[in-house]
Amino acid sequence: MSKEVKQGQDVQKLVRTLVEDLGHEKAELIPILQEINDELGYISDDAITELSQLMNIPTSHIYSVATFYRMLSTEPRGRHVLQFCESAPCHVAGGRLVWQKLQRVLGLENGETSPDDKWTLLTTSCLGVCGVGPVMIIDNDLYGNVTPEQVPDILSNYK
Amino acid sequence: MAYFRSHVLVSIDPVCIEKGAYDLIDALHDELVKQGLVDEIQVLETSRIGDPETQGPDLMVYPETVHYSNLSVNDIPFLVEEHFLKGRVAEQYIREAKAILDEELSAPKAKEVRIVLKNIGEIDPLNIEEYIARDGYMALGKVLTEMTPEETIQEVLDSGLRGRGGAGFPTGLKWRFIRNADGDQKFMICNADEGDPGAFANRRVLEGDPHSVIEGMIIGAYAAGASQGYIYCRAEYPIAVRTMKTAIEQARNFGLLGEDILGSGFSFDLEVRMGAGAFVCGEETALMASIEGHRGEPRPRPPFPAQKGLWQQPSNINNVETYSNVPQIILKGAEWFAGLGYKKSTGTKTFSMAGDVKNTGLIEVPFGITLREIIYDVGGGIKDDKAFKAVQTGGPMGGCLPEANLDLPMDYEALGAAGSILGSGGLVVMDEDTCMVDIARFFMEFTQDESCGKCTPCRVGTRRILEILTRICEGNGKPEDIDTLRHLCDEINENSLCGLGKGAPNPVKSTLEHFLDEYEAHIYEKRCPAKVCRNLIRFEIIDGPCTGCTLCARNCPVDAISGERRKTHVIDPDICIKCGICEQLCPYDAIEIV
Repeated sequence: MSKEVKQGQDVQKLVRTLVEDLGHEKAELIPILQEINDELGYISDDAITELSQLMNIPTSHIYSVATFYRMLSTEPRGRHVLQFCESAPCHVAGGRLVWQKLQRVLGLENGETSPDDKWTLLTTSCLGVCGVGPVMIIDNDLYGNVTPEQVPDILSNYK
Repeated sequence: MAYFRSHVLVSIDPVCIEKGAYDLIDALHDELVKQGLVDEIQVLETSRIGDPETQGPDLMVYPETVHYSNLSVNDIPFLVEEHFLKGRVAEQYIREAKAILDEELSAPKAKEVRIVLKNIGEIDPLNIEEYIARDGYMALGKVLTEMTPEETIQEVLDSGLRGRGGAGFPTGLKWRFIRNADGDQKFMICNADEGDPGAFANRRVLEGDPHSVIEGMIIGAYAAGASQGYIYCRAEYPIAVRTMKTAIEQARNFGLLGEDILGSGFSFDLEVRMGAGAFVCGEETALMASIEGHRGEPRPRPPFPAQKGLWQQPSNINNVETYSNVPQIILKGAEWFAGLGYKKSTGTKTFSMAGDVKNTGLIEVPFGITLREIIYDVGGGIKDDKAFKAVQTGGPMGGCLPEANLDLPMDYEALGAAGSILGSGGLVVMDEDTCMVDIARFFMEFTQDESCGKCTPCRVGTRRILEILTRICEGNGKPEDIDTLRHLCDEINENSLCGLGKGAPNPVKSTLEHFLDEYEAHIYEKRCPAKVCRNLIRFEIIDGPCTGCTLCARNCPVDAISGERRKTHVIDPDICIKCGICEQLCPYDAIEIV
């Protein structure tokens, strides 16, 4: 999710194109927010204001939706987002030790972004690949059967 | 479908693409044209065939079942001439293939019966013709030409099919409610928001046999009188979303979706909607709120979705597996389906087995099979031959059942009576090393986090339970905690708005019932019998086996281990953070948890 920082007119243009493509109906709000989140890495205040005007939906409603869903973020995230599966099958397959190692190596707690904006550490709900737990996903790369020993090597692949 | 003498499958996985699989396809095509074989030999793309790390790109030729590995573009002219023109196997390209096992879904084991999973791994999900070749859309044809909507409903009702999402409501009855409800437009919704940790059966169906779901939905829509459908799929399943979109497009191109389906006058269309990461959206009213573009919060029922659902119109919601069963019921008849299973639970159920069992993965068994048969006969028993402790059924809102419940026949009613649920078919098997208080705390952490916050019993109650469980695991439990937990469990269950809150106490309630001794050990003796809870354990090095190799001392993240080389080391309990690294690393098993 390493995105260039888009501001001002770029954000306006992005939101406008999305509304044109997907439509003005309220049912399209979540798909549009997902696109914005993918493009910007998060849903900025600018984007919410613009969307509110174009779709004729109060900013309060958009904000309430954007903060409800786990995959949407209203805070900027790091260049790489690491999501660790915290579900039971991964937990009983040794996930706890991997999670501790991740926190230690990155120096981050769940939900935090590193000061250099490189990493955001999150837990995720079940990714449904429980046969190869513990599982984590970095940006769009999935890692299965992760052991604490592999953590530094895996992380070093990301610049 | 055109007839081909042979089919050549080319492995198109990321590694093979990088090694030039697409160039290989081009070269194959050119060579087949050159040899005049292009109408006899079909080239197809498939997922991985061999191990792409050591081989690839690979070809598989059917019906001969010949597997060629490590091919490059330069090999193609010779290969095509030998194999396809002269009919001789080109031995030099056959290499000892290391079979890749599907870690999630193996070949059916004894006691399995596959209805929902029968096509998975057998057909190309992105090619509608392969589904049609295995009797696909025949049931739809039968329904549209030979049966009235009411007859269709009756057939499904007679089969005894019940909702596979967990609630177990008779599917035919649901459809009849929609048929009889007043509304301008009626909706058919597929709940593909499979959020239960450990459950992935729906994902495999969506990814591996998408048309069975689409066909089931069209049949349901015809029976219930719906004109528009939605498949609500969680965003954590990007491949499933993509596969479903392609499948819908293909069905539309074949006249199986859209206006006047198969010339019957019946019209129905489908769309995929994606979730955005909220577990509660698997609840039907929350799911509909999410499709409408709201926060995915449940609302009180009545009115039920059958009267006022999506956009206040009558709406039917079934889960992926439910729809996927429908075409088979229509084709083989209600009697056949009702003949499988046990009492009021007919047919089969998929289970996703995870945890400390030898064969993890997806299985499909007839209702009525016992948990013991599932875990020991199908699952192969407990990993490392440890002792069985508990099995949690039905996902995070299910209960943990002990050894004494292993001979229960699996059906909706028996599991309910034992204090658990069938849910979406998750099975997490736990061995003797599992702390049941820690597990209860763990599940409560999940439901507490996923509680949408709308109703107080769930929002506040789950938090209070979590606080108490955390306290107990940390060694600060109080004697009155057990009674408080029981009281909270009952209150939350009775007063919550939706299934999430109602089910949230189940893991706590069931562990309190079956594993009370563990709670008591934590509270009264400040001891964790399974040696899991960090505040209640200590790591020690045993004198005999320790050779003083220094491996533990060198790897301790907080330098809590000291000792001279070749002499027994010592762990300083005041510095130790109980991370367990030393125990994992020690080659002599000299580190003990006390």
